[in-house]
Amino acid sequence: MNDAAAVALSPETVLGEMKKNGVTHVVYLPDSETNWLYLLMKAEPSLRLVGVSREGHACSIAAGLSVSGAKPLILIQNTGMMESGDSLRGWLLGLNIPVVLMVGYRGWTRHGVNQDSAATYTERFLVAFGINYYLVENDADAPRISIAFEEAERMRRPVVVLVGDEYHGFNR
Amino acid sequence: MMHTADMLRAFAPFREDAIVIPGRGGRYWTELTSRPNLDLPLGDPAMGGHAGFALGVALAHPDKKVMLFDSEGDILMGLGMLVTIAEQQPANFYHFLIDNGCYATTGGQPVPNADNVAYDVLARGAGYPRAFAFDELDQFSRNLSELLSKPGPVFVALKVVPEIENAPIGRRRRWQTRTRDQVIKDFRQELGIG
Repeated sequence: MNDAAAVALSPETVLGEMKKNGVTHVVYLPDSETNWLYLLMKAEPSLRLVGVSREGHACSIAAGLSVSGAKPLILIQNTGMMESGDSLRGWLLGLNIPVVLMVGYRGWTRHGVNQDSAATYTERFLVAFGINYYLVENDADAPRISIAFEEAERMRRPVVVLVGDEYHGFNR
Repeated sequence: MMHTADMLRAFAPFREDAIVIPGRGGRYWTELTSRPNLDLPLGDPAMGGHAGFALGVALAHPDKKVMLFDSEGDILMGLGMLVTIAEQQPANFYHFLIDNGCYATTGGQPVPNADNVAYDVLARGAGYPRAFAFDELDQFSRNLSELLSKPGPVFVALKVVPEIENAPIGRRRRWQTRTRDQVIKDFRQELGIG
């Protein structure tokens, strides 16, 4: 095992956080590095996967699930989150939906010099919408996912978990 | 073509204890409904999302029928939603599409290719096992009972008369009798959701 793998955020850890927080449905559009997580989720009987073809759809689906008593998680990439602006506004913020969005942070680098405008605008976008967020890079950061769930419920708002590692040390 | 109010009037006796998301028909449905606490008249939180919202409700309550009155302008904003619904195959989901051919609340400009789109064909192509289209009210009324006896997802495209609004938004009649927060609170209480 190389150093990157040793400190990465493992898909098993992410799945464990979902189960611990009572997630019933994962509304997702695959991002660059989530295939291992996808395979784990697919094999997990307590989760129902709802695939979308555009990330904004995930917001309205999650709103319907949440209003009806289910506990959805949205799993998308930062590019799609930005595409989803009006749906985030209307369906999640507008209806006070307590949902966690796990967002792959494409282009993120720990040293702060990025070459991808997807990373440039990600946090600015969240600040503009007034959506709180937590960065997770490795398994040691996983408790922040539970913090996000707790905060979403308490505040009745969407909370974002930015996955800086995208599960496999992709950006190291 | 039929009038939206007449179409909803024909539907109302068949509603039973279904959850109704009246979407673009909300302004008429609030006066027709017999179970307001099982309705989700949310107005327009963000255009294009009604079908996704209704899918979420249907997945969370597979034991109850969910009736959505969507619009063609909404569904055109994200045709991929039809594919997602078809993949999920919610047997309790009935997707009515109110097609007036235009953006009525902005003055009646036609939706793209308004006269040539077959929404039932789009739904069937996306994977809905049952999709229908009706232009006339009596034809719709005659078939409604049978449509609702079939397992979902069922798609029903309805050609309606445009009711164009040009008044400034602030001067239009407000049809909502409850806030969105109240609608959701009443709904959750009715279904015993903590």
